[in-house]
Amino acid sequence: MPDFEPILLKRINAKADPGLDAYRADGGYRALTKTLGDMTPAQVVETVKASGLRGRGGAGFPCGLKWTFLPKEHPGPIYLCVNADESEPCTFNNRILMEHDPHQVLEGILLACYATRASVAYVYIRYEYGAAFRAMQKAIDELYANNLLGTNILGKDFSLDVYLHRGAGAYICGEETGLIESLEGKRGWPRIKPPFPAVEGAFRKPTVVNNIETLACVTHVIDRGADWLKTIGIPPDPKNPRDAGSYGPKLYCISGHVNHPCCVELPLGVTVRELVDKHGGGVWKGRKAKGCIPGGISMGLMTEAEFDTPLDFNGPGKVGCLGLGTAAVTVFDETTSIVDVLYNICRFFAHESCGQCTPCREGTGWMMKMMDRMRRGQGRQEDLDILDEVAKSIGIMPGTTICGLADGAGWPVKNAIAKFRPELETYIKGGQKTTMSLALAGVH
Amino acid sequence: MDPDLAVDPRLAPVQESFDGALRTHRRKLQDRKDTKDDGFMAVVYINDQPVDIGSERLNLIQAAQKAGVFIPHYCWHPALSVVASCRMCLVEVGEKKPDGTIAMQPRVVPACQTPAKDATVCLTNSEKAKNAQANTLESLLLNHPLDCPVCDKAGECKLQDFSYGFGHSTSRMVDPKNTPPNKPDIGERISLFTDRCIMCSRCVRFTREISGSAELMVSNRGHHSEIDIFPGEPVNNKLAGNVVDLCPVGALANKDFLYKQRVWFLKTQASVCAGCSTGCSIQVDHNKDVVHRIRPRENPLAQGQFICDEGRFDYAYVNGAERFDRPLSGQAFLPAGAAGQQEYLPLEPMTWENAIPAVRGELAKAAKENGAALAGVISPMLTVEEAFLFAKFIKGLSSDARLYLGWVPRVGKDEQFPQDRHGNPLGAVKFTIRAEKCPNRRGVEEVLKHFQGEVLGFDQMLTDAARLEALYLTAAYPPRLGAWLTDEQTQTLARIPLLVVQDLAPTPISERARFVLPAATFAEKDGCFVNHANLAQQLHRAVRPGAIGRTEGQIFLNLLDRRGLIQAKAVREELAREVPFFAALDGNLGEFGVKLS
Repeated sequence: MPDFEPILLKRINAKADPGLDAYRADGGYRALTKTLGDMTPAQVVETVKASGLRGRGGAGFPCGLKWTFLPKEHPGPIYLCVNADESEPCTFNNRILMEHDPHQVLEGILLACYATRASVAYVYIRYEYGAAFRAMQKAIDELYANNLLGTNILGKDFSLDVYLHRGAGAYICGEETGLIESLEGKRGWPRIKPPFPAVEGAFRKPTVVNNIETLACVTHVIDRGADWLKTIGIPPDPKNPRDAGSYGPKLYCISGHVNHPCCVELPLGVTVRELVDKHGGGVWKGRKAKGCIPGGISMGLMTEAEFDTPLDFNGPGKVGCLGLGTAAVTVFDETTSIVDVLYNICRFFAHESCGQCTPCREGTGWMMKMMDRMRRGQGRQEDLDILDEVAKSIGIMPGTTICGLADGAGWPVKNAIAKFRPELETYIKGGQKTTMSLALAGVH
Repeated sequence: MDPDLAVDPRLAPVQESFDGALRTHRRKLQDRKDTKDDGFMAVVYINDQPVDIGSERLNLIQAAQKAGVFIPHYCWHPALSVVASCRMCLVEVGEKKPDGTIAMQPRVVPACQTPAKDATVCLTNSEKAKNAQANTLESLLLNHPLDCPVCDKAGECKLQDFSYGFGHSTSRMVDPKNTPPNKPDIGERISLFTDRCIMCSRCVRFTREISGSAELMVSNRGHHSEIDIFPGEPVNNKLAGNVVDLCPVGALANKDFLYKQRVWFLKTQASVCAGCSTGCSIQVDHNKDVVHRIRPRENPLAQGQFICDEGRFDYAYVNGAERFDRPLSGQAFLPAGAAGQQEYLPLEPMTWENAIPAVRGELAKAAKENGAALAGVISPMLTVEEAFLFAKFIKGLSSDARLYLGWVPRVGKDEQFPQDRHGNPLGAVKFTIRAEKCPNRRGVEEVLKHFQGEVLGFDQMLTDAARLEALYLTAAYPPRLGAWLTDEQTQTLARIPLLVVQDLAPTPISERARFVLPAATFAEKDGCFVNHANLAQQLHRAVRPGAIGRTEGQIFLNLLDRRGLIQAKAVREELAREVPFFAALDGNLGEFGVKLS
């Protein structure tokens, strides 16, 4: 395959000026001008729907379809919430987009708001992203100064205000209803559904929640047309009627034990091996990989043997992972102890569970305690079965929790036990102990 | 129904929190109802048992209840919003298609959040549902200390009950439990045993949705979540005690009751709170003639689900040692050589056998001399039956005798909840504490109207006192209300030659009485109170009024020279026959009472 020409990262890779003038000079806001000039909101929705663009936040829900769930002829305001609470470990693509090319994202926000008739957009940025916050704020100020935000944008009958909202550092606030609660100033506890946000979301008004990267893609879908997106990526699997296809470019984050951790833009469907060997510069220190986390830790684990799995919306599921997730690949080398990996994962989820639903609140804590004990050399063989059972019984998929955090907490544990059980058993049997401090385990 | 309760309290949370799904469902029901004359009937299948829920808006817990199937739940409460977070009520749900086939959903769902729609199939006893419930219980017990032997809730604890009913018998956890510190000062009268908490968040929602004061919150995250208060802001609102009842486990404890009684020793009697004219339905928990605890009893016609702290905690006087337990006689004398001011000998105990004829005889004598100079004061603390007997007795002595309504205590203004921390109302009223601190003004007024056509107030009696020769004064106000006669008023009444005072405990006026008869509290008698909205509710005797005490009803019966023990029901039937206003009281008043009009 010839080298893919980056689209989302085009200006970023070229180290272009993130300012408004430079962005416009590179063809920025062309899509917006075109849309405001001669497209109705319904046409914008149709274009996005026809392009097959799927959400980049993790779940891969078709973006255009999500917009159509909004009530028609709603008398009150409609809100767009932009999910920039990129808190999935090892994921940093939104950060790059916001820090280095904020206008590309903002143009997507403008287009999405025009399509959904939203009058206000809230960008929920995770607190740790100070630079992204400042870059976005600067870009928003430029837009207000140039009549690209505010009332009657570009002299047309379209008004929009964009507000940045900084989170306070909770993983759960990246869940769409948790985000909305947090935005409203409440504790970030995901809401029970129904009602779905499209019916009753932020401030009890219809709300669309989209990811930063999705909106950046919207900019290009409108600029280049729906058919353009379909030239990139993988068409639906004809054998799987539920597969909506994986079209478009995707920002893949590569981190962990590789020589060159980076974020690359590639068509959906690239394999892990290609990412690691070609773009990540191979596993570090001349070692071999033991496995990887394919798309943020909540998506589960992949062994080295499964590295040829294509990373599209369908691929990871074929090897028992939860899905594509954020497409952030974290590689761990052959010297890494899977016990440490699991402990670290369990510790993260026990810390980040919001504590609302009993199975997740207690289950994540229990799994962490078990892994901690195992790590200290006091594991029992039956712990593996208990871990597996707990991991399988918590989450929105078995129906025992409100949101998907518990699925994410359970998946890597379940995968590890299925794929690395001999190593875990040996560890327990051998009475191995890890003396590495907790802090060091955390930086693995 | 209480006009202040804009929304039936049992329906309010359902209306508020079922959100979209229920609204859509309701709309559909409405649509169908509009198109069908006979009304739309929804049929739900609970464990294959069809239940006709009519057009009621229910969740699956309520629908199952109709089928006699209990679905265990912690976070769901009919008066609070639905959060579906405890995951105790997990059931399998499906739909029965018109062709008879059943399509089940692959995952379990919380019954509290699932509206009961027509053709919904709900399995509470399938392997999957039972497993999910047992797993939730195992999770809840992971960090629970299992200190039942020293826990106040043991015996009425939902965690105990459900563990027996729906849980595993053992825990698989071998790791140390979390041991968060207890918070004994979370409220003046409430203590939090943090480690026992199962995070159902009922208490948090109560302070946000019912009291409005929002003192409680959840702090920390994950398995370290705790119920907490904001620093220096304890839960001292006037409805705070309800969080203890709402707590399904022993986390929130009532300090007043803490370590006093094991609940399985308690006996419970349905009663009515005598604290204010709202007339909340209550349960009196007692053992060996001592009242140990007052709890609310659900009554949609009266107050709903809750009671205020005044009603809950102000019962110590019932068990008070200073109360009169026998009749007493007093004697006034003029000290030798002194001019004017008369003094009083200490009150002397009498036997009932002497007291009843003496009181009756003296009053009859006074009535014979000058009927118009005889008066009786009916306290609004008396039951309707007692007021009726008393009026009969006084009017029987002389038709010229006058009856007055006793002192009607009023403290401040009506307080409505939810209200914010500054006392401003927040949305629809869900609870009212009334300024009128007596339970039966309405009932006594109607008795007075029947016997003399008009209601003469207490102030009128004070004005008329100068020309009275004999006065029978009933009182029985709880000591919380303080001195209810000024010194001047006491002096005025003390001048009446024949003064009969009936009260709970010594007061300045009882010291100056010719006869003192003991009074009984709400916990000691049968009868009924009529609340501010004309709802007649029945109270039942929980404890006996002292070793040789008699209730007012018994005393009045004796004064009327009727034989036997007081039977409130018989008196009520007599009342219903004679007084048209009370005609509906003929018979049993049921759990919730009878509305009079």
